[in-house]
Amino acid sequence: MPRLLPRRKRDTAAELPKLAPAGPPPEPENFLEVRDLTVHFPTDDGLVRSVDGVNFALQRGRTLGIVGESGSGKSVTSLAVMGLHGGTSARIGGEIWLDGKELVRSTAEEVRLMRGRRMAMIFQDPMSSMHPFYTVGHQIIEAYQVHNEVSAKQARAHAIDLLGRVGIPRPDRRVDDYPHQFSGGMRQRAMIAMALSCDPELLIADEPTTALDVTVQAQILDLIRDLQAEFNSAVVMITHDLGVVAELADDVLVMYAGRAVEHGPARTLFEQPRHPYTWGLLGSLTRLDRARQERLMPIKGSPPSLISLPSGCAFRTRCPYADRNDGREKTEVPQLLEIEPGHRTACHLDPGERERIWTEDIRPRL
Amino acid sequence: MTEGARAGDDVNVAQAGEPEAASRREPGDVLVRVRGLRKHFPIRSGMTRRRAGTVKAVDGLDFDIREGETLGLVGESGCGKSTTGRMVMRLLEPSEGTIEFGGRDLTRLSRGQLRPLRRDFQMIFQDPQSSLNPRHTVGTIVGLPFRLQKVTPEGGVKKAVQELLELVGLSPEHYNRYPHEFSGGQRQRIGIARALALRPKLVVADEPVSALDVSIQAQVVNLLDDLQSEFGLTYLIIAHDLSVVRHTSDRVAVMYLGKIVEIADREDLYSSPKHPYTVALMSAVPVPDPARRESRDRILLKGDVPSPMDPPPACRFHTRCWKAQDICKTQEPPLAELTTRHQVACHFPENMPTEDGAGEAVLLAKPAPADAVAAGEGAEAVAETSAEAPAETSADGAAEPVAESSTDSPAETPAAASPKAPDEAPGKDTPPTPAP
Amino acid sequence: MIFYLLRRLAGAVVLLLIVTMAVFAIFFLIPRLGGATSDQLAARYVGKSPTPAAIEQVKHSLGLDKSVPVQYGRFVKGIVAGKDYDTGVRKVHCAPPCLGFSFRNNLEVWPRLQDRIPVTLSLAAGAAVIWLLAGVSIGVISALKRGSLWDRFSMGFALAGVSLPPFFTGLVALALFSYQWPIFKGVHYVPFLDNPASWAWNLVLPWLTLAFLYAALYARLTRAGMLETMSEDYIRTARAKGLRERDVIVKHGLRAALTPILTIFGMDVGLLLGGAILTEQVYSLNGVGKFAVEAIGQQDLPEVLGVTMIAAIFVILANLVVDLLYAVVDPRVRT
Ligand SMILES: Nc1ncnc2c1ncn2[C@@H]1O[C@H](COP(=O)(O)OP(=O)(O)OP(=O)(O)O)[C@@H](O)[C@H]1O
Ligand SMILES: Nc1ncnc2c1ncn2[C@@H]1O[C@H](COP(=O)(O)OP(=O)(O)OP(=O)(O)O)[C@@H](O)[C@H]1O
Ligand code: SF4
Ligand code: SF4
Ligand SMILES: [Mg+2]
Ligand SMILES: [Mg+2]
Repeated sequence: MPRLLPRRKRDTAAELPKLAPAGPPPEPENFLEVRDLTVHFPTDDGLVRSVDGVNFALQRGRTLGIVGESGSGKSVTSLAVMGLHGGTSARIGGEIWLDGKELVRSTAEEVRLMRGRRMAMIFQDPMSSMHPFYTVGHQIIEAYQVHNEVSAKQARAHAIDLLGRVGIPRPDRRVDDYPHQFSGGMRQRAMIAMALSCDPELLIADEPTTALDVTVQAQILDLIRDLQAEFNSAVVMITHDLGVVAELADDVLVMYAGRAVEHGPARTLFEQPRHPYTWGLLGSLTRLDRARQERLMPIKGSPPSLISLPSGCAFRTRCPYADRNDGREKTEVPQLLEIEPGHRTACHLDPGERERIWTEDIRPRL
Repeated sequence: MTEGARAGDDVNVAQAGEPEAASRREPGDVLVRVRGLRKHFPIRSGMTRRRAGTVKAVDGLDFDIREGETLGLVGESGCGKSTTGRMVMRLLEPSEGTIEFGGRDLTRLSRGQLRPLRRDFQMIFQDPQSSLNPRHTVGTIVGLPFRLQKVTPEGGVKKAVQELLELVGLSPEHYNRYPHEFSGGQRQRIGIARALALRPKLVVADEPVSALDVSIQAQVVNLLDDLQSEFGLTYLIIAHDLSVVRHTSDRVAVMYLGKIVEIADREDLYSSPKHPYTVALMSAVPVPDPARRESRDRILLKGDVPSPMDPPPACRFHTRCWKAQDICKTQEPPLAELTTRHQVACHFPENMPTEDGAGEAVLLAKPAPADAVAAGEGAEAVAETSAEAPAETSADGAAEPVAESSTDSPAETPAAASPKAPDEAPGKDTPPTPAP
Repeated sequence: MIFYLLRRLAGAVVLLLIVTMAVFAIFFLIPRLGGATSDQLAARYVGKSPTPAAIEQVKHSLGLDKSVPVQYGRFVKGIVAGKDYDTGVRKVHCAPPCLGFSFRNNLEVWPRLQDRIPVTLSLAAGAAVIWLLAGVSIGVISALKRGSLWDRFSMGFALAGVSLPPFFTGLVALALFSYQWPIFKGVHYVPFLDNPASWAWNLVLPWLTLAFLYAALYARLTRAGMLETMSEDYIRTARAKGLRERDVIVKHGLRAALTPILTIFGMDVGLLLGGAILTEQVYSLNGVGKFAVEAIGQQDLPEVLGVTMIAAIFVILANLVVDLLYAVVDPRVRT
């Protein structure tokens, strides 16, 4: 019989001959550092530039929120960090450093061994993210046993312990339940238990509460916050909900069309945002914590196709200030530059001018 | 004119003066009067299709929608919002109850009698992808209502459709394109154009924006706003997002497990929610303001919504309510008007006016009262009270403390819906207030 | 689980009853509604040259002169409790399960069928094993190497398998391996208990012929199923845990992809047990299928009726087995 299973994946580096040698390792305190990450998908219609030069760093015990509209490349970024683009046509470039080890240039096997153990991920839809045919306990045990040489009994005890920790009542009984016997909120708790089975130092949560009701969302966000405090892990929280980011994140990265447009501490980003796209997001929000606005201030138009991005600044087709860039917005991609310590934006407009627009035109109307 | 040009105005175009008109609209006569509306779905199983139970999707609703106003219907997944909307549209036969539309009881009309009335109420659906036939052009889709109702507009269908497209911010040149050539927001606009074709009186919008990105959501919300003021439309807007509902509605009904638990004018509801479920729901909404996260008191409900096949008796919220008492398990609280135009179904409502008129501080920031409830201990106390309540009925009795507040600095408390001052309600339903 | 089992069993019994009704209706009720008199009906059961006496006999023993419910009652009673026939020459007791009496052959139907069943069973079971293994493996590999040379080749093979009928492939196989290169000479059925090796050796060609058709179908089914499951969210979860790729594919992907195939497999085997008509015909194996063809050819209605009943029962049994198996592999079905 021919080989039933695929050969071990070739070295990712071998698939990408143009991959430049990695730069110097990052500062040790940066547990995760992503440099100039690009993820492109060749398709019949053309090259999809899902992620096009994203940079960020994350320390242990801190939470990075990644926000952006649908299709802005949030999930693709996180899947690249997890090394989960194997098997697709993805072309990955740039560097991903996890605790001093570069992942893009590591073999698939090396990355697999880190997956689940050092970095773990929670997905959006807790319904479809668990295998319907195995018990919840089995799926947690499986995650634990890949990376730990333990007896079945120990693994089971560990799974029960984890289920209890994430707030499943009577975990010793529920451990033998199948996913369909759990409610949505419980399933997401079980997913979290699964992700935490090997005490990962990096936890990536990709829209963990989007499919849940708001009362259950509040429970899950709380759980993630508590667990992070307990494990001191680094957390990447991906969401399109600015409220969720504000609840959880220390730093925020705003993505637009595969690029980072603004990055900074959460308070700065919500109180002194300096990018027109971020303003647009804030202006589009209906929010309960303010008096009701009479009218929302949406961003006009819709996101561009990732196959034919506008030249220069990708946001220029929707940006109300595009005409104030002396034509640079058409020719030059704005770089993510620091405008004050820890606060970076990618916009050609003069930072002083942007500060003025924000304080005079935008903030009063939010 | 391209997409967004109408509703998605530039951020830097000042709009301060304009929206007055929208907010000033005076509600007129009652357009829709719903009484005792019920929908029970039989659940069948096995080869014999034996009746294995009943989903009480909607279980006795009374509400009115006045001409020109927007009623918002909020609640968590599965509480029966869509079912209600579809019954009002009569896309679904009610099991019981009456729906009067402009004085005529729709539930008594046959399909044939209903047809000419249909042009007066139209629906906008959640998923702009699946509600448009992919094989039809935009022109066909938007023009369909004319053909169904055999109406020939002045200047012909094509002209009318092109005007409609322009109205919702699309280009008349889009007439011959297919739905898949449009983005989600544009597709929703097509759906809206179709709904408006016959100039209906009532538009039922089931989650009109929840499938859209925030920036597009805002465009569509503004568009719905504009159309309402332009044509004096009456809306029934169904959504799970409390902030969207607050933005769009004049009056809001909160549903839980097939029942309305609270219904009030918008400002009234959001500034002083009275049903514990509404309070919890509001406090669970994440606030896009990192500065506030430390100072916000949040009520965490335990568990999930129980199954509508087997709802808890009496007050359906008692399995998750931190104020539940014995009476809540035995006697169903009626939906009663507690303050003007504010109906609540609860034995122990929150935020009731006191003699001195205080106790109306909810999500909108207010200076902290001196005897602010402190964090941890308060929460524990609440958890204790409700531990007596039978949590078994809830499928997910997550071992979360029932209520939780995370006040670090009592000085800047409590902006959010917090356990209220002890003198407002009798005895045990109020958490004790420890000294900070 | 027990409850589920009982429910399924009860369902199967009900279905069996319905089948008897349907068969009864087809053979007795509909012709009658079509205007056939009981004499004409009876004549069909007697054979090519009916004598009035024989017709009268048949009419009486089948209850054709009675009302429809009585007829049906006798029909069912015959199956369950047996029945006596009087051919005019001799009296026969047809022991249960009495599927009828062939007046033409002067024999009861069931014992004759009984001889045929092992043949068909051997043929179907062996072929099923082959096609399941081959089809699923080919499908899985094709799915994993989508677009590769292997994928294109095996899908071409699958297309051939689906479009070439067994009487063609069977004849080609016979011509090649029985006459040209006489590896499998003179294919005939040897009972398994007599000589297992000879049993298997003789069945190799029929097995392959039959399996070729189904393997092709199953390869395509498996490929489509695998492609679908491998893009499911839970596969991504499995990878995110750090599982080895082979575990991801086998434990998570294949497990889910095979479940729907199981249903189809059960139905296919059930249908085949009612007679692998073409294959049996080509290799002159005296199985149920060939029996049916002969019965129809001789217009021997009692035999046709018996074979129909047997085939229906096999399908119902297969259905039952599939249902139970399904409950084992898919926990969602149990509750
Ligand atoms: N395997 C793939 N092949 C081709 N294009 C892809 C692939 N995976 C993702 N993309 C494209 O990359 C873009 C970014 O997708 P991504 O899933 O990261 O968006 P996102 O920001 O997570 O959005 P959402 O909020 O909808 O989840 C999308 O336009 C998507 O179509
Ligand atoms: N046709 C149906 N048959 C049986 N049950 C149904 C049917 N339609 C709806 N239900 C049930 O009725 C309840 C209410 O459904 P409904 O769709 O009205 O909820 P909803 O409030 O719109 O929720 P969501 O926010 O998820 O759309 C749910 O429990 C649902 O499962
Ligand atoms: S670079 Fe120009 S077009 Fe781009 S966001 Fe800044 S102001 Fe707008
Ligand atoms: S206090 Fe009682 S009546 Fe009111 S919501 Fe809670 S359980 Fe229901
Ligand atoms: Mg995503
Ligand atoms: Mg709904």
